[in-house]
Formats: sequence, structure tokens, C-alpha cells
Amino acid sequence: MPELRTETMTVNMGPQHPSTHGVLRLVLELDGEQVLSASPTIGYLHTGIEKTAEQKKWQQVIPLVERMDYLSAQSNSMAFCMSVERLLGVDVPGRVKNIRILLAELQRINSHLVWLGTHGMEVGAVSVMLYCFRERELLLNINEMIAGFRLFPSYMRVGGLREDLPRGFHEAVNAFLQRMPAKLDEYEDLLTKNEIYLKRTQGVGVISGDDAVALSLVGPIARAAGVDYDVRKVFPYLGYETYDFNVPTRTAGDVYARYQVRVAEMRESMKICRQALDRITPRGEYAIADTKITPPPKDRVYTEMEALIQHFLIYSQGFTVPAGEAYVPVEGPRGEQGFHVVSDGTNRPWRVKSRAPSLLACQALEKLIVGGLIADVIAVIGSIDVVMGDVDR
Amino acid sequence: MDAAALVASLQQAVPDATFESAVTVDLHPTFYVSRDHVAAVARALRDSSSLKFSFLAEVTAVDYWPRDPRFEVVYVLVSLEHKHRARMKVRVSGGDAHLATVSTIWPAANWLEREIWDLFGIAFDGHPDPRRLLMPEDWEGFPLRKDSPVQIRRPPHVAEPLQVTPEEFRHNVERDRLARE
Repeated sequence: MPELRTETMTVNMGPQHPSTHGVLRLVLELDGEQVLSASPTIGYLHTGIEKTAEQKKWQQVIPLVERMDYLSAQSNSMAFCMSVERLLGVDVPGRVKNIRILLAELQRINSHLVWLGTHGMEVGAVSVMLYCFRERELLLNINEMIAGFRLFPSYMRVGGLREDLPRGFHEAVNAFLQRMPAKLDEYEDLLTKNEIYLKRTQGVGVISGDDAVALSLVGPIARAAGVDYDVRKVFPYLGYETYDFNVPTRTAGDVYARYQVRVAEMRESMKICRQALDRITPRGEYAIADTKITPPPKDRVYTEMEALIQHFLIYSQGFTVPAGEAYVPVEGPRGEQGFHVVSDGTNRPWRVKSRAPSLLACQALEKLIVGGLIADVIAVIGSIDVVMGDVDR
Repeated sequence: MDAAALVASLQQAVPDATFESAVTVDLHPTFYVSRDHVAAVARALRDSSSLKFSFLAEVTAVDYWPRDPRFEVVYVLVSLEHKHRARMKVRVSGGDAHLATVSTIWPAANWLEREIWDLFGIAFDGHPDPRRLLMPEDWEGFPLRKDSPVQIRRPPHVAEPLQVTPEEFRHNVERDRLARE
């Protein structure tokens, strides 16, 4: 009998692979089914948004930053606006803060629903995706209602919001919040005690809390490993300290713990949404009154000369921002998020840098999958919730 | 903890380094540190019991061209234990754009520093993997520098597929087979 020869195999996973959540390329070295080494290659979606932002006026950057992390558009634009507002030294009205909180939490649910659906599908539970996208549709309808655009509403503006809430907004959000808890139970029925799901996720892709912090995986990944850090609690912004909610944590640090943390986060987000909705009046202030920053209402533009001049100035020259730099952290769906914004005192940003939680999650991928099985690679990529638009920017 | 207190405790840990506190408008007390002492100061930031900046939130660079020194490398740090934040900045001149890596102290800095090398051309001494991150490997120039042009059309870079004759192909296959055995 001839001597048996073994050799490792190099597998190129991606860039076009249905379960890499975009164009992520992984070069895996395999010994049988075990992963010996992995090297992620990114950059396929690099579009130079940060460079483009330097050519735009401050307000024009908002649609750009929304397209970075395309599953958390409202959080992106909110973080950017808050950094610019900090440089301007303005404080938005309380009603705007509550609306921003509500929209950010709805965005978190939206992002987690996409995550849950795709992650479930990748580990074999295809029906979860259809269920999750059914509820996500309602959230996209709310976006359409407030802004006419479902994925990238550009509703947040520096100095407040673009316009007041539409008629029927409270009813739509209420209907969603009433429907959602039962639907979340339904997803949990499909997965939480599903034996196949447990076998695919428990003890897979384990990371310790210290490693998660060292690799800056702060967010749901670190909370699943026992790191109790949430920007909303530790460095509260927009008045989160006045809301009653918990930060769910688990200690296992595996894929299943991340699932549990995100599902629990959705429930907490709904709690915040309910409180925020109660505080928001259907009509009221939606931006600061500074006419140098926010355009005057349209009815005044049509009837008053002064308002017309302000309107013209804002849309042709924009506004200037005092020189300096600001980074205001917010808790996005993927962890701490923020925009490091530098101004040189003109009407265009000197530098806009996004803190991309997905980039750091992608960096940690190697640590999470080496030593595991190739089938688990899919489960791990799903569980760290990378958005390649945010990785490559 | 304000910038003065931060600088005082760092000065004690790293007596050689020069510090300079700066104004800030957000919740990050800001200070500059001399370029040659970045690694030592970073270690002190992470390990001193009163600081404990275990979480590196962000490393980025800003190009202030044509000012000299043109670059500033910015580190945003968070202490999960003491719940405070800080921003460390390093001035780097354009002609001599390199500084020590902190990826040995915070592993998260690895890709963030690669991104800075890729987009700004600031080299990190001692970096374990100093390659480009986002741009193609054969890209010329550093796109986020202020003197890098925007909205230009470059002729597309094409590579001809490798042409081999049938004899060469058979020879290559044979050579690979021999190498495997």
C-alpha cells in the first residue's frame, strides 16, 4: 500500500461569496476541515468617502456618511451631526434629542433584524430571514414616511432635523412597537432552543472580554464576553441618562452569546422607543432657531425677503464652523461609533474620519476563526456583524 | 480628569518626553506628545493604575498641509475602568513622516495604522505588517494627503494575461508535480 500523503489546502473564500456580507475576501489555509490560518483582504468597496467629504459643504456630508454603514444610516448621520454641533457650540432642543433617540433606536432594531435574518439563514435557518425582513419592512416604511427615502433618509441635519415629523408618525411607530414583542418571541421560538442552531453556535468563535477590548471590539461583541460597556450608559449623550433601560451582557463570548445579547438589545431598544415616543409631541421645534445654520421654513421663504436671503445663503455657501476638532461617541448598532471631525473655520470640513466598528471586527476575524472548523467561519462572520461599506468606506 | 492632571501623571511615568496640553471642545482632554516617546507614553497610558486606558477607540491622522509639521496623528483613548477618555496627538513632519507603532500595546492599532500608512503615507516603525490596507497594492501616492489631486482621470492600469506556449505549459505542470513530490 502506498504511503498516504497529506497536505494543507488553500481556499479562497470571496470576494464574491454569499455569506461574507459583501466583498470580503478570506484566504484560508485548511488542514482537512480545520482552519490553520486566515488572512482577510478588504478594500474592494473603498470609494474614498472621507476624501469626498472634504470637498463638500458640511450639510452635504450627511448623505455621504449615511452610505458608509448602510445598515445604520441614522446613527451615522446622528454621530456626524453631533460632532459638528459640538464644534459649532450649539445645543439642539429637547424634542429633537428625543426624536433622535427614537430614530437611533429604531435604526438599531432595523440593523439587528437584518443581522439576525442573514445570520440565521447562513447557519441554516432560512425562515428566520423572511420573518425578520417582514418586520424590517415596517421600519423602512417609517423611514419613507419621515423622509421619502427608505434606506438613507438624510433626516438628521446639523442643528436638528430636516423638517417636522409627518402626520401619522406616532401611529406608525406605535403600531410597530405593539407588533414587535410578539414577533421577537417568534424569532426566539425559531432559534433560541433550536438544537441545530445551538450546535452551530455554542462554543464557536469564542473571544474573552480582555481580548475583545484589546482589539477594540467594544459593542455587542464585547458585551457578549462580559464587558459591561455601553456609551449610552457610560458617556451619556442626548439625555440617555433620563431613560430607563438595561445593558444586556453575557459571559460566554461565543456566537450564541452574541445572538442573545443582540436579541435582548432589541427588547431594550423598544423600551427606549416607547419612552421616547411618549415624550415627543406631534408638533413642535425640530431644529435650532439659528438662521445661520438651519434654513428658514418654506412658507417664510416664499413671503419674506429676509428669509429668502437666508435660504439662498445657506444653500449656496452653507455655514462656517469654528476651527477645531471634535469626536462625539455614540452607541451605534455595532458598538462605539463616531466621527472625528476637523474644521479649519471654513464652510467645508478639513477632515472627516469615521470610527468604523466593522473594520475592527474584520481585523479580529483572524483571531476568531483560526483553529476552528471551516463551517464555523460562516457562523463567526455572521455573528460579528460586519458591514463592508463601513469597513472600506 | 483634565489635560493638566493627565500630563502631570504621564510626565512622572515618562520623564524624557515633552507634553503640551491643548484646548478641546468635546469630552476628550487633549495633549500633544513628542514623537520619539509615543510608544513609552502609550504603555504608560495603558498600564498606570490611575489611567488604565485599555481601549483604543481610534487612531487617525490629519494633514494640515502646507503647515509644517504637516501631519498630526490622533489617538482617542477610553478607560473602561475609570470611565474617562483622552486624546493624544503627535506632530509628524512631512519630510520625515514616521513614528513608533502602538500595535504592540493595543492590538487594535494594527489595521488602523496600516490605514494611515495607506492613505497618508506615515510609516509606523516596528509595525508587524506594513502593507497597504484599502488601496490597491500598486497604487502610487497617498490619497488623503491634501496635495493629492481629486477628480482626475488616470489611464487604467491593465496587466496582460500571462502567455505560455503549450510546451511551456506542460513543462510548468511537470515542474510543479516534481516540486510536490
